[in-house]
Amino acid sequence: MIPKTSTPAARALVVCGAALSLVSPFLAWTWTSRYPGNLTVYGYPGGSQLLTLAGALLAAVFTAAVLGVPGLRALAPAGAVRALRAASLAALTATWITVGAIAVDLGGVVNVEPGGWLAAGAVLLLAAGAHALPDDTVTEPPPAARLPRAAEGALITVVFLAAMYVLTYGITTDSAQDFLAFLPAAGFGVRALAAAGLTARFGALTARNRIAVAVAALASALVFPFTQTGDQYTAIADNILVFAAVALGLNIVVGLVGLLDLGYVAFLGTGAYTAALVSGSTFSTFDIGPWPFWATALLGMGVSLVAGLVIGAPTLRLHGDYLAIVTLGFGEIFRITVNNLDGTSGPRLTNGPNGINSVPNLTVFGFDLGTRHTLLGVTFGRFANYYLLLLAVIAVIVFVYARAGNSRIGRAWIALREDEKAATAMGIEGFRYKLLAFGLGASLAGLAGTVMAHLQTNAVPENYKFADTAPPNSAFLLAAVVLGGMGTVSGPLVGAALLYLIPAKFAFFSQYQMMLFGLALILMMRFRPEGLVPDRRHRLEFHDEQVAAAEARRTAAEATA
Amino acid sequence: MTALLEVEDLRVAYGKVEAVKGISFRVEEGQAVTLIGTNGAGKTTTLHTLSGLLAPSAGRIRFRGQDLAGVPAHQVVALGLAHSPEGRHIFPRLSVEENLLLGAFLRKDADGIADDTERAYVLFPRLRERRTQAAGTLSGGEQQMLAMARALMCRPRLLMLDEPSMGLSPLMMKKIMATVRELKAAGTTILLVEQNARAALALADQAYVMETGRLVLSGSGRTLLDDDSVRKAYLGEA
Ligand SMILES: Nc1ncnc2c1ncn2[C@@H]1O[C@H](COP(=O)(O)OP(=O)(O)OP(=O)(O)O)[C@@H](O)[C@H]1O
Ligand SMILES: [Mg+2]
Repeated sequence: MIPKTSTPAARALVVCGAALSLVSPFLAWTWTSRYPGNLTVYGYPGGSQLLTLAGALLAAVFTAAVLGVPGLRALAPAGAVRALRAASLAALTATWITVGAIAVDLGGVVNVEPGGWLAAGAVLLLAAGAHALPDDTVTEPPPAARLPRAAEGALITVVFLAAMYVLTYGITTDSAQDFLAFLPAAGFGVRALAAAGLTARFGALTARNRIAVAVAALASALVFPFTQTGDQYTAIADNILVFAAVALGLNIVVGLVGLLDLGYVAFLGTGAYTAALVSGSTFSTFDIGPWPFWATALLGMGVSLVAGLVIGAPTLRLHGDYLAIVTLGFGEIFRITVNNLDGTSGPRLTNGPNGINSVPNLTVFGFDLGTRHTLLGVTFGRFANYYLLLLAVIAVIVFVYARAGNSRIGRAWIALREDEKAATAMGIEGFRYKLLAFGLGASLAGLAGTVMAHLQTNAVPENYKFADTAPPNSAFLLAAVVLGGMGTVSGPLVGAALLYLIPAKFAFFSQYQMMLFGLALILMMRFRPEGLVPDRRHRLEFHDEQVAAAEARRTAAEATA
Repeated sequence: MTALLEVEDLRVAYGKVEAVKGISFRVEEGQAVTLIGTNGAGKTTTLHTLSGLLAPSAGRIRFRGQDLAGVPAHQVVALGLAHSPEGRHIFPRLSVEENLLLGAFLRKDADGIADDTERAYVLFPRLRERRTQAAGTLSGGEQQMLAMARALMCRPRLLMLDEPSMGLSPLMMKKIMATVRELKAAGTTILLVEQNARAALALADQAYVMETGRLVLSGSGRTLLDDDSVRKAYLGEA
């Protein structure tokens, strides 16, 4: 612990650092616009300077809270110092990565203008000061005041819009440098909010306003296509949504029931191939279709469901490791089979490695998703149309997940995951409920697959591997669920967004990607096994010491009672 | 009249090792029956077999006149045979209330379930205070209360309790035993396995002593409390 006497100096450092950090993004950091984002302008921030500005703003707010500015103290119910430290690290990482990248990209530190030096120095002062302040963490923050319902709803909407803004920034970063600065800035920013106790407060707020959350989430997701002028980033967003939809489906199987499915991507593939076969594509073996979306979707789900039941029925009586091995095998069998059904190695059905191409666009309620149209003055292209459809698909999956999770069936699933023997003694027939989850998960993946085939205009074996450098594949799907946070809705969404964006934005890194991915997984499992968005239940699982401490307190209380 | 539970020449083996070597006993409706015995005598194995979690190698179990042979574990509870297992086995990451609801998993009567949840909270006010808390964060005593309350949620015809006082402080042990007595007084039929032989025998109508897979002694709880060999072996008296 830092002695109290150092506080005035530390405060001075923090104030100076925060002020200068706020100013620096308005200066030029380099002399040439060859560095992406054009950081040569005086007067307003551009490119990655926005990240420094955001970090500095967050730090300024928490600085004010530390200084006891009336009203702002309430913004850090769990303590402002640790929040300030995290915010300062957000500013520090964003700034130093950017300044460093300028020096590396343009060939030397001479390319950094005084504004850049100022920024680098300011964030360093800020971070040093923040870390010299004594910790003021409050272990049990006071409960938040209740607001009127409408105000709570508005607050939730604002938070979702802000989150969407951050995500949109990440999706639309136009250079690897900018994305590289964005990642730690966003990470430390969220950490600052968590340290301040704000995420916990927001969690409590969302817990009692489920409907408002659903509406706000959907509304803020709907904003995205309106902010886009071209197709470039909407296409990325579409791919993230497909990936996220499948991850959410897998989350039922892995997160709720605890069945380790290493071949889940096969169900996505089953849906995609089914849709492609009845799409009316000239490459399809069948001369049928195109069918309307609802018919394709039902068929895709149905075929995937059957596949799920056929795989599940013999294997779900197996335990843990065996199930993982069998599903891993099934996933590979699927890929190899569709690779061979080309008329030479086997019956002609899937065109082998070439797959089924030229899958036409989907028709939803008579509307061809390939057509451009104008909505509220904004042109909606093909990808924006699919974006809307995918949002609907995700909404369905989240709805099913939420309903199932909080029901009798969901309780049975969790009970089976936690203690199968005890669950059986309660009258829960393990096999039946596992099969139900497996089939449900498979059909949801199948649904996502039907959209995917049309979105990507093809169904090819290469898309449905166990592991690959880009999603979706079974390994990435599982990683999205586990990294994001098993058993939550937002976890797999965050996990899917990150695991899609990181390989997409750092494409030049592809030869090291698998290695870095593995390293990231190991670090994550070591330091945050419950995932980025922890489920209340899983947090207990991984932090037994907290449970033990709580139990010890109880027992002590009991002894004195 | 046939007994609620009749066990005849029951044998249970783990692989080649026979843990229960032909035991017979009965539990009459409304009785509290206790099974005491040394560690490893086969008491837990017996209860597991009764609730279908283990399959017997020989013998017969009749519950409410029905042969339980071949009835899968998840259907045994539907017949009204509830099992509060050794070591409690509550669902640690689910809340207290969710644990109780799982105890009533096979019931469809929402009103009845709500009534019984309320009854559980009256029986164990501690659980009401902690109803939204994750069960894994309860103290040992509270977990035992929860395990018993959960077993009661299926409105059992026979409640099997496996060492409910295991690992508890003397105070909590008294409280749990008092609850068992209360349940008995309210008419619940109980099959109690206990290491705390004195307390178990004091409340039992009928008692059996088990040693290495066999029942070696039986009689009313009173009789066994006064039995010399029992006093020596289980009550720690010279
Ligand atoms: N899963 C198992 N596999 C093999 N042997 C087992 C298994 N469970 C129990 N046993 C053996 O069966 C015998 C009876 O065990 P059981 O648990 O029924 O005893 P118990 O009377 O309940 O003892 P305690 O009072 O210590 O709980 C013991 O010898 C034990 O080692
Ligand atoms: Mg035992």
